Amino acid sequence: MDFRLSEREDLLRKMTREFAEKEITPKIEAMEETGEFPVDLLKPMARLGITGVIAPPEYGGVGLGYLARTIVLEELGRVSAAIAMAMQVHHMAIAALKDFGTEEQKKKYISPLAEGDTMGCVAVTEPSGGSDVLGMQSTAELQGDKWILNGRKCFITNSHTSNYWIVIARTGEGPKGLSAFIVDKIAPGAKTGRVEHKMGLKGSNTGELVLDNCEVPKGNILSQEGGGLSVALKTVSESGRTGMAAVALGILQSCYEEAGKFASERVLYGKPIAALQAISFYMAEIYTELDICRLLCYRASWMKDQNMRFDAESAMAKSYTCDAAARCAKKAIEIHGAYGILKEYKVQRLLRDAMVTISAGGTGEIGKVVLGRAALAPFQKK
Amino acid sequence: MDRVIVCVKPVPDPQAWDRLRLDPVTKTLIREGIPSVINPLDRHALEAALEIKDAHAAEVVILAMAPAAAQPVLREALSLGADRAVLLSDRAFAGSDTLATSRILAAAIRRLQPFDLICCGNFTLDGSTAQVPSQIAEILGIPNIMHVSQMTLEGDKRLLVTQKIEQGYVRLEAEPPLLLSFTKEANKPRLGSFLEILAAEKRELALWTNADLNLEEALIGLKGSPTQMADLLVRQKKRQGLRLEGSPAEMAQQLADKIHRLGLI
Repeated sequence: MDFRLSEREDLLRKMTREFAEKEITPKIEAMEETGEFPVDLLKPMARLGITGVIAPPEYGGVGLGYLARTIVLEELGRVSAAIAMAMQVHHMAIAALKDFGTEEQKKKYISPLAEGDTMGCVAVTEPSGGSDVLGMQSTAELQGDKWILNGRKCFITNSHTSNYWIVIARTGEGPKGLSAFIVDKIAPGAKTGRVEHKMGLKGSNTGELVLDNCEVPKGNILSQEGGGLSVALKTVSESGRTGMAAVALGILQSCYEEAGKFASERVLYGKPIAALQAISFYMAEIYTELDICRLLCYRASWMKDQNMRFDAESAMAKSYTCDAAARCAKKAIEIHGAYGILKEYKVQRLLRDAMVTISAGGTGEIGKVVLGRAALAPFQKK
Repeated sequence: MDRVIVCVKPVPDPQAWDRLRLDPVTKTLIREGIPSVINPLDRHALEAALEIKDAHAAEVVILAMAPAAAQPVLREALSLGADRAVLLSDRAFAGSDTLATSRILAAAIRRLQPFDLICCGNFTLDGSTAQVPSQIAEILGIPNIMHVSQMTLEGDKRLLVTQKIEQGYVRLEAEPPLLLSFTKEANKPRLGSFLEILAAEKRELALWTNADLNLEEALIGLKGSPTQMADLLVRQKKRQGLRLEGSPAEMAQQLADKIHRLGLI
């Protein structure tokens, strides 16, 4: 086995890190204060290739794979998990279009997303729940040459900053009764609802989408009628989970760096506190969690790049990394002592951000349902 | 302008400087485990070259003298938009001081002729002598301008250059061939792009040894270096307590006098 990254991946990391430190860091204070996504970062991110990293070159993208995307999101997340979150969902919209769109849909919608003209979102969750996909109540009815959509989507990342929404709605009964649609924000009856104020990931926009007799052209169905469940499951499992895991991995890396720096600089009893065994054990735990998570995240993305089935691996990477990020952020705060809860110190933000990643993109428990099934599969009697 | 050569030096990443140690015997930096980056001012030199490329389609060639392990740093320079790179790497070059280094770089530049412009950073972060650019120009017999804080190209051949001096700025006009060394005020280096990373994988990164330059061994490496390092000491940072006594006004006066004596203001 070769665990080394290639020169290309090292350069991607270096370039993204430089961008994040120089261009995103100055925005964080305002993001924390207002909760708003800095839209003016979109074009610079597009110039680098962040917005279109997995979009095919023929539609204005870079055409790189999921391992590359994971590294990019990890580096964004190290500086700002909120920006990484916004980008990971943006990539989900691109992935749904890439995997299920017609040639015409790809041309029309992927290019502006890859080139940073606007953002994209994927809207599955409803007030009745997100993980219970089949319980969704939004409907779509074909009337003449238009689909009429009605319903309400909530907890949608990029809801108010996206022009293009990938919306799942009910067109019939049961698992085959869901369909996916590309909704243009300017479509009649397409509205944005409330904006949520989250404890963390401030600066990544989250809110409601309202479909009030929303008119969608017949040709804007993604995949075929009844194909909505596949669109939702594939997009959430492949792009969503690996993306969320990468965001949390960035948080973990930052926990490690912040805790390590503080422990080496803070002097107590005449020595840096890093010399205390209790602190060094905390550091050892963070260090190990970081490595476990990095290996899980990279493996899941690598499997996607090899066209292997990886639903269990992506669920494992997502649920473990998001949990580990919160655990390690708590440890990093404890290493900081009372400083850890001050707003001037980054570690408090890391814990708030990590907590938001746990339920986003499928809760940890849903991840375990997938994993429990995978773990027991070899023992099931036929 | 047809060809611009940019001299680049891989230096220890400033973010890892707190991990840098000196070898007490050889008096050199222990670089193991410390990542290398393009010397920050060289990024400004590269940016100046790339701006000429953007406007006039000039070829931008990266030139560096470093161990072969520095190849990723050159690949990074290529991914920022340079067209090709030459890495000068040979055991015979090891231990070169600024004069020997300048001889080696100048010999490589001769091989890369014809050129219009050589762009350098004003100094490197690790050596900080700022001697190499002028020495290269001297060896090649071309003019050089240091401390360039602004450069514009008028037409194809006329350069308007602002040079920073102690008392202010000097505006100069120059024509190629010449060498310019840039300060950080000169421009804002670009960040590159993922597409350029992919494109750079196909760009040439040549490895040249002394067999390509044919320099006399007495002129290069440790043997060709007149600079002899006598000693190198690490500055010790120590805290010292000072107890002031008297009324608040007197203590304030004593403190002000002390600060003044130390030359801090």
